[in-house]
Amino acid sequence: MAAAGPTSAEQAGGGRPLPPLSRASRARIPRGVTHGALVPYLLLAPYLLLFTVFVLTPAVFGFWVSLHDWDFLLEGKPFVGFQNYVDLFTPGTVSSEPFWQAMKATAIFTVLSVPLLLILPLGVALILNQKFPGRNFFRAVYFAPYVLGVAVIGVLWTFLLDPNIGFVNFYLEKIPGVPENIAWTTSLPWAWIALVGVTVWWTLGYNAVIYLAGLQDIPRELYEAAKVDNAGRWARFRHVTLPGLRPVLVFIVTITILASANMFGQALLITQGAPGNETRTAIMLIFQEGLQSFRMGSAAAMSFVLAFFLLVISLVNFAVFRERKPRV
Amino acid sequence: MRILTMVGSYLALLALTVLFLSPLIWMLSTAFKTNQEATSIVPTWIPQEFSREGFDAILTRSEQTPVFRWFLNSLIAAVAQATIVVATSAMAAYALARLEFRGKRVLTAMILSTLFIPAIIFLTPTYLILDQLRWIDSLLAVIFPGAAGAIGVFLLRQFFLSIPKELEEAAVLDNAGPWKIFFRIILPLSKPALATLFLLAFLTNWNDFLLPLAVLISPENLTLPPGLGLLQGSYTTSYEIIMAGAVVATVPALLLFVLAQRFIIEGVASTGIKG
Repeated sequence: MAAAGPTSAEQAGGGRPLPPLSRASRARIPRGVTHGALVPYLLLAPYLLLFTVFVLTPAVFGFWVSLHDWDFLLEGKPFVGFQNYVDLFTPGTVSSEPFWQAMKATAIFTVLSVPLLLILPLGVALILNQKFPGRNFFRAVYFAPYVLGVAVIGVLWTFLLDPNIGFVNFYLEKIPGVPENIAWTTSLPWAWIALVGVTVWWTLGYNAVIYLAGLQDIPRELYEAAKVDNAGRWARFRHVTLPGLRPVLVFIVTITILASANMFGQALLITQGAPGNETRTAIMLIFQEGLQSFRMGSAAAMSFVLAFFLLVISLVNFAVFRERKPRV
Repeated sequence: MRILTMVGSYLALLALTVLFLSPLIWMLSTAFKTNQEATSIVPTWIPQEFSREGFDAILTRSEQTPVFRWFLNSLIAAVAQATIVVATSAMAAYALARLEFRGKRVLTAMILSTLFIPAIIFLTPTYLILDQLRWIDSLLAVIFPGAAGAIGVFLLRQFFLSIPKELEEAAVLDNAGPWKIFFRIILPLSKPALATLFLLAFLTNWNDFLLPLAVLISPENLTLPPGLGLLQGSYTTSYEIIMAGAVVATVPALLLFVLAQRFIIEGVASTGIKG
């Protein structure tokens, strides 16, 4: 332990004077701050208190709840082992149909939104990656929607997408060939297009900013070297830009997939899960199941199943993007 | 060719700017329209008749939808949570980055690994815990749970690790203890990182929708995000009122953004680089 040594006695002893350290003993002190044994724990205590109560305990407790038929409003919460989980995977039970419907909705949304949220922001970042006047202004403008939060975005776009009085239809209808009076929030496939479109509008700037930082980390010399080798635009992109972005790509792909899989606010505010329950995402269902119907055991089990899928996806991501060691 | 790509790029950027700014301008403009103009089929970008109907409604008819009460709740909660996050994370991150103690490696791994746990599994049990604490329907329920996230500890630990050790060693030779080093050397050096964390934590809490929706019940105890949902449900087509509410929710976040844009954007960017 690095803290052990002559000076820790000095501090722990409450200020009893010790002879000054000789040159020889100073040389034996390991580098770094020496301190009393309690100090790290004191520094960590406030955070660890919060962490224990609101991270560790819920994680474990949540699993415990999922092993019970836990209805918040009823007295008895009998232990049922893995029955909640079994029910989710058994066709025809009360919980499995809405759950897989919601998982399907989540999957549709994720598959539609993630590619757009990976490619479009990269395009914007590439344009912004050059020095020109006003670049910071544009960067701020594209990022601004993210700062507003899902509730503002949700109510704003509900209005804009209103088939009669929203301006989206008003301007779209001027384009020849576009159907009139599109019911953005109450019919398919328009509801999906609306949800994906709003989400891209909302978070494009966020991803673009991260891409931009990643692009700026790529040394200019690599591009110069590629130009000397007569590499064209596309070749430079493939062989310098993309590999250079690899670490940032892992991050962006992961957070974008996770964010899409966790989509809730837009669906709740804009479509309310309509038509029927077609756009009701997994989070929305779990919220309704656990905190409106109060069937908490079932909701907890659903959340763990969803979490399992998300973890698997994250791991696959890391595996796909890991640095490949060059063969010697 | 150069000129062509430049012009093309500028056009693309300008088109995007229109796309991104026009909904926001619309929101602001509608907040000042009469109900008739707000719900008219023909959109108008500048109100033909400036009206305070929307804002009056949220100010006066406020028993069901106390928008300014929501604003205060959000402000208190966001400032409180951001403060707690910065204070607790800084101390914890310093201990993990610079001090030695038994179990340090395990503890660091445990805390950082929670970054990967999908947030949804916490929803139901957190509700139950808050219920036990009798914090449901109180601001405490939206201040403390989120403050326990590991992202602050992660970012500050990275930052502290990057501070050159020589600075601390000079202080150690002067017989400075860890508290002195923390307060007199580390913290002053970390002002940008701390400010960024504060801003990001503030914004995250200000915009949080799911948790407040779950744990806040009475209309007067809501924060702005679930409140806006309630506003939309209560006023359905009175968009001048709903947009007025949205403007109230937007102004602080936008103001913060305009003033501290650098910090916020660079803070977000750095989470990507370090993540």
